[in-house]
Amino acid sequence: MEALIALILGTLTACGVYLILRARTFPVVLGLTFLSYAVNLFLLIMGRLTVGNPPIILDGITDYADPLPQALVLTAIVIGFAMTAFVIVLALKAHAELGNDHVDGTHKL
Amino acid sequence: MINHIVIAPVLLPLLAGVLLLLLREKNLQWQRLLSLVSVLAQVGLAVMLLAAVNGGEILAYAVGNWQAPFGIVLVADRLSVWMLLVTALLSLCALSYALRGADIDGKHFHTLFQLQLLGLNGAFLTGDLFNLFVFFEILLLASYSLLLHGGGRQRTKAGLHFVVINLVGSTLFLFAVGTLYGTLGTLNMADLAVKVAQTPPEDVFLVSTAGLLLFGVFALKAALLPLYAWLPAAYANTSAPVAALFAIMTKVGAYCILRVYTLIFGAQAGPVANLIEGLLLPLALATLFIGMLGVLASTHLRQQVAYLVVASIGSLFIALGLNTGAGIAAGIYYLPHSTFAAAGFFLLADIIAKRRGEMGDKFEIATAIAYQRLFGVLFFTMAVLIVGLPPLSGFIGKFLILNAAISHPSLPIIMGVVLVSSFMGLVAVARSGSLMFYRALPAEHVVQTSVGQLAKELMPVISLLLLCILLVVCAGSIMEFSLATADQLLQPAAYIDAALSDGVIR
Repeated sequence: MEALIALILGTLTACGVYLILRARTFPVVLGLTFLSYAVNLFLLIMGRLTVGNPPIILDGITDYADPLPQALVLTAIVIGFAMTAFVIVLALKAHAELGNDHVDGTHKL
Repeated sequence: MINHIVIAPVLLPLLAGVLLLLLREKNLQWQRLLSLVSVLAQVGLAVMLLAAVNGGEILAYAVGNWQAPFGIVLVADRLSVWMLLVTALLSLCALSYALRGADIDGKHFHTLFQLQLLGLNGAFLTGDLFNLFVFFEILLLASYSLLLHGGGRQRTKAGLHFVVINLVGSTLFLFAVGTLYGTLGTLNMADLAVKVAQTPPEDVFLVSTAGLLLFGVFALKAALLPLYAWLPAAYANTSAPVAALFAIMTKVGAYCILRVYTLIFGAQAGPVANLIEGLLLPLALATLFIGMLGVLASTHLRQQVAYLVVASIGSLFIALGLNTGAGIAAGIYYLPHSTFAAAGFFLLADIIAKRRGEMGDKFEIATAIAYQRLFGVLFFTMAVLIVGLPPLSGFIGKFLILNAAISHPSLPIIMGVVLVSSFMGLVAVARSGSLMFYRALPAEHVVQTSVGQLAKELMPVISLLLLCILLVVCAGSIMEFSLATADQLLQPAAYIDAALSDGVIR
């Protein structure tokens, strides 16, 4: 399970980094989204992967699931959403004002 | 006894920002009044907090009365409150300049301004690493919108770069935070400081990776080489009051580096002690030198000021990178100077650019502007201030930094880089000043502004200059305070005690 998650994380991050380095705004936005997926998943599994363990203290239980990363990841998801929305609007505005979707706004077709 | 004043600098701008949203666009006078009152109140709060922590007390405030390390704490010590005061004074000057008309170029300027202050104040007060991330995002989201305020092609282009690079930075921040939580099981900074010293040997690699990732993120915010490239375009193309306010943004990165690498990865951190020692100083020297090359190569005045900001970050980090009490104290003195000087220069550059008509702030010969001599004198004073010639605060700051470096093994290199780059800055600023003021063509018809109008326009610039002069006049007591602050930072036990045990209503 850990290996699978690590593989997913690595793939998401690699795709994200590759897309961010592209010269057009749309792939860059997509890359940022991939990176934020990767980091959300990463935060979630920092509480370790457990199945069926309670997150609150009960009698006679020794193994617990860590609830804190879920709170952290919720915050991170909300912030990530806001940022993605903002950067999409900005990319559209840049396209409208600069006449093309190159990140430097100077590309001639 | 709990002190609710600690959370007030966070709540006040939030409340003011929401109220401003309710006031809508129509009531411009009320909006301006509310915004100004909120900023004035923040200056008052910062002064009250300064009086409360000046004796060395550390005030902790458990938000929602959840005790640390399980809840979030806000901690006010000397450094935090010093940053709050600098922010409040700077924002007062930036806001009073914006009231001259820049605030109606687009919508919701005042709301965004207050939210930016909320993010800044929160980042300085928080004692929790994840909470620091949240406040970073608040201040960044407000800064994205402020940067783009008013619109325009160049602004949009620079804004896009600024937003994307900072979003990548935020992702790295979360990776670092996640790694620290996964290995040490806490995100409270005081608790981290305790736990990091007992890092098991197999986790040392992970913890130091997270620590260095965090350094990368903070270096990005602070515009330390090689992560400074976003700054000149962003600062040179935004509106003047926003550029002035942004003079504090790079200092947020500096504050975070100072806090995290004295408290968590400081001398007491066991296997990861002094994590960035040996890394900070060379980067700082390179930033100063490259920044000054940028100052020399600039083609516009505002671009030149933006590069001066980069160079000043270099000087600041040289002081912090010495990693001694005297060095950190010199940095704490230099920080408000460089903030006020850069902000004042941005505002002055805008006032001059407006009067030069089509030429704007380009370094080309144009017709003389009205009150040529007055502007020449102001420009000269600003140049002396920012380059660091006597008798203004820049000189004292640089002197303190070099004085602190005397016993450092790499003194020759530090001395060489600081003095050579100061000279480069002097040449560059003297050249731009003489080009704009001495070589101006005689004007045929000059647009005159009344003296009263001019005085109102120049008031924020003069106030910032006066603040710098105050730094000179009160240099003795400020230096005493800085040394005490450095002392407090280098002995984090008091901070840890305050953050982990106090702050809860019992």
